[in-house]
Amino acid sequence: MVNLIIDGKNVKADKNMMVLEAARSAGIDIPTLCVHESVSRSGACRLCVVEIKKGSRTRIVTSCLYPVEEGLVVDTKTERVQNVRRLVLELLLARCPESDVLWKMAKEMGVEPQTRFAVDTDKGKCILCRSCVRVCEEIVGVSAIGLFNRGSHKTVGTPFMEKSDVCIGCGACVYVCPTGHIEMTSAGDKRKIWGRTFKMQACEKCGKYFAPIDQLKYISKKTGTPLKEMMICTNCR
Amino acid sequence: MKKNMNTQNRQLPEEVRINYGPKKKFITVCAGTGCRASGSLKVKETLEAEVKKQGMNIEVLATGCFGFCEKGPLVVIHPDKYFYQQVKVEDVPEIVSKTVIKGEVISRLLYRHPDTKKTLFREEDLPFYKKQLRVVFGQNGMIDPTRIEDYFAIDGYQALAKVLSEMTPEDVISEVKKAGLRGRGGGGFPTAIKWEGVRKAHGEPKYVIANGDEGDPGAYMDRSLMEGNPHSVIEGMIIGAYAVGAHEGYIYVRNEYPLAVTHLSLAIETARENGLLGENILGTDFSFDIRINKGAGAFVCGESSALFASIEGRAGEPRAKYVHAVERGLWDKPTALNNVETWANVPLIINKGADWYASIGTEGSKGTKIFSLVGKIRNTGLIEVPMGTTLYEIIYDMGGGIPNDRKFKAVQTGGPSGGCIPERLLDLPVDFDRLTEVGSMMGSGGMIVMDESSCMVDVAKYFTTFLQEESCGKCVPCREGVRRMREILEDICTGKGKEGDVELLEKIATGVADGSLCALGGSAPNPVLSTIRYFREEYDAHIREHRCPAGVCKALVTYSIDPEKCTGCGLCVKVCPTQATSGEKKKPHKIDNEKCTRCGACIESCKFDAITVK
Repeated sequence: MVNLIIDGKNVKADKNMMVLEAARSAGIDIPTLCVHESVSRSGACRLCVVEIKKGSRTRIVTSCLYPVEEGLVVDTKTERVQNVRRLVLELLLARCPESDVLWKMAKEMGVEPQTRFAVDTDKGKCILCRSCVRVCEEIVGVSAIGLFNRGSHKTVGTPFMEKSDVCIGCGACVYVCPTGHIEMTSAGDKRKIWGRTFKMQACEKCGKYFAPIDQLKYISKKTGTPLKEMMICTNCR
Repeated sequence: MKKNMNTQNRQLPEEVRINYGPKKKFITVCAGTGCRASGSLKVKETLEAEVKKQGMNIEVLATGCFGFCEKGPLVVIHPDKYFYQQVKVEDVPEIVSKTVIKGEVISRLLYRHPDTKKTLFREEDLPFYKKQLRVVFGQNGMIDPTRIEDYFAIDGYQALAKVLSEMTPEDVISEVKKAGLRGRGGGGFPTAIKWEGVRKAHGEPKYVIANGDEGDPGAYMDRSLMEGNPHSVIEGMIIGAYAVGAHEGYIYVRNEYPLAVTHLSLAIETARENGLLGENILGTDFSFDIRINKGAGAFVCGESSALFASIEGRAGEPRAKYVHAVERGLWDKPTALNNVETWANVPLIINKGADWYASIGTEGSKGTKIFSLVGKIRNTGLIEVPMGTTLYEIIYDMGGGIPNDRKFKAVQTGGPSGGCIPERLLDLPVDFDRLTEVGSMMGSGGMIVMDESSCMVDVAKYFTTFLQEESCGKCVPCREGVRRMREILEDICTGKGKEGDVELLEKIATGVADGSLCALGGSAPNPVLSTIRYFREEYDAHIREHRCPAGVCKALVTYSIDPEKCTGCGLCVKVCPTQATSGEKKKPHKIDNEKCTRCGACIESCKFDAITVK
């Protein structure tokens, strides 16, 4: 265990924790968008910034990636911190004006949209947190989607924005997306995602369509479980 | 001549020593990328053919960059060291018949002092070179970078031999510490502290890397070192590897530097052949080898963690560096990443000693620094000066001042994310700390000079646009914030600026600097902040009066013809691409501002200075 001070409070934290967890365990709220328990952290959204003090030096760091240290002094609500968070939200609101998640967050934090910014119309709700890319690579293991281009042209998608032949239609990317940007539609025995239509498997017991056949095949191949043992949905198992 | 050196025998090979004696006749031709572009290779070939035709056995060396790129192709005739500039192929027969054979000087090819009009014979007489101290870069002009023998002849690999035979790794680190060497890539971090960190860090293997991803527009000092004296970089890296305990190294060099890649590859190969790289270097039990990694040209890959990602085969994106590269760098292993120029300083420190090195420079910044001097300046080129040289000396004494009788306005130091420094700060001694104090930075050493014809809002827009395009796009403040700053600057330059824009720019800039993931975003607001700080009145003129004082922002200026000065020669009518100029012959002409696109063609064509921009 290490001892640190967050917002004037003495906090005990496990030595493998990040400042974010240490703060949350002490009941101190820090907003985040790109943090998801299932995937590794990138520090892309910068909402979770805090100010740390070491000796006479203060620094802005992302709490989601900064490991706790003995004697570390953390301030989560300084003017500098608030300014960064406000700017991030203003920028994201201008990028993704349709995102209700962002609007809710802005309201909670008392942030108004910056009217001087021309609102984007082509970015959807994607804030480029890259959770979808990471889950596809780290958890699913297929890397069907990735990040393309650089700077303000950066986008998420399948290679060359064509139909991916490695995507298994699992929808993990939809699950981790913090703003609901990724579209997945299901109708009958069909599921559509990333421009591809997947055929769904019906549960042999209840008859409900529960997973794309491609996904079941992928899991079967990876785990060695025969495919026919996987034809029952999790509810009926 | 495999293994012709070992730690016991530090004598130069005989054949090398006789090659460059003080009386030896030979010719050096600058073959840096700049001079090549103005035809120096053709000059070299012609010189060789001519010398041969005359039945002489005189060597013509294609060397690295001499630095005075403005006046290329450059040729020096040894042993008299006559310095010929802007040499053309047609000049070659005369050079050989007069200078090489008879020792006579051709005054037409000498540099003429712009003020005194006197011709100057040797490099050291030229004002461009006079105040320079070219301890790292100066050897470029003496050697053929494709021959390791030439590097031996200038005491090459002597420092390595000394290190391996007389010094422990700790000795090396303490010598570099005593010298006060700081990173030349921009950060100015003390090199010895970095090495110490890597030496002490747990984890194997350890790596050393040379950062040759020089991406600043107009900066090319690292290129000319890699092209012109690749062994000095390699020798520095071997010494560094020995100091930190690494056995593998990389040189990360941009693929747009083909000559640097060729020369480095050749240098690595010949160093291996000579037992200077590979297993059991110079017969000791220290082994180390270097691989070249070619970058694909993303500016952000000069950032350490993005550079690691790129070598690892991933997209060049930075990552949070709360655990330092000295502990977890390339492949999460301890890594000493230094800039090309930093590495090239290392052999020098070992050879000449830390005390000598520390005697050059200022309190906090030791040694020399190479700068590339570009923009609105007479003498474009590369200079090497002691730290602490003032901006005035650099721009006026070496750079020759501003051409075309224009007034100096600002100098941008530190590349695109540096700041613009105004005239009143020209007496500033250039070192790491002083440049930071005035809102700019050392960066890797680019200096772009601007005169009164530059609009500072336009300049801020230019660099911000560059940074927006080069942002990796990972974190929100840099990706979105720099873009929004660029949009506002664009509005200001087109007359759509609003009251409060400057304050908003400052607010975004502070947030971007504080909130960005890496140093690219952290320093991206510098051009905006420094131009607001020193040239606020230009922003106000654009926003409040819709006026561009420098006459640059096309949407805010109108062209007109001064009837007093216009002779009606009709030249402007001929060159105007949109038929905006008109008038009767020998009578004052007019410009139709509806048709005029402010391209400037008429201004350039007018011999009577009759066209005004307001």
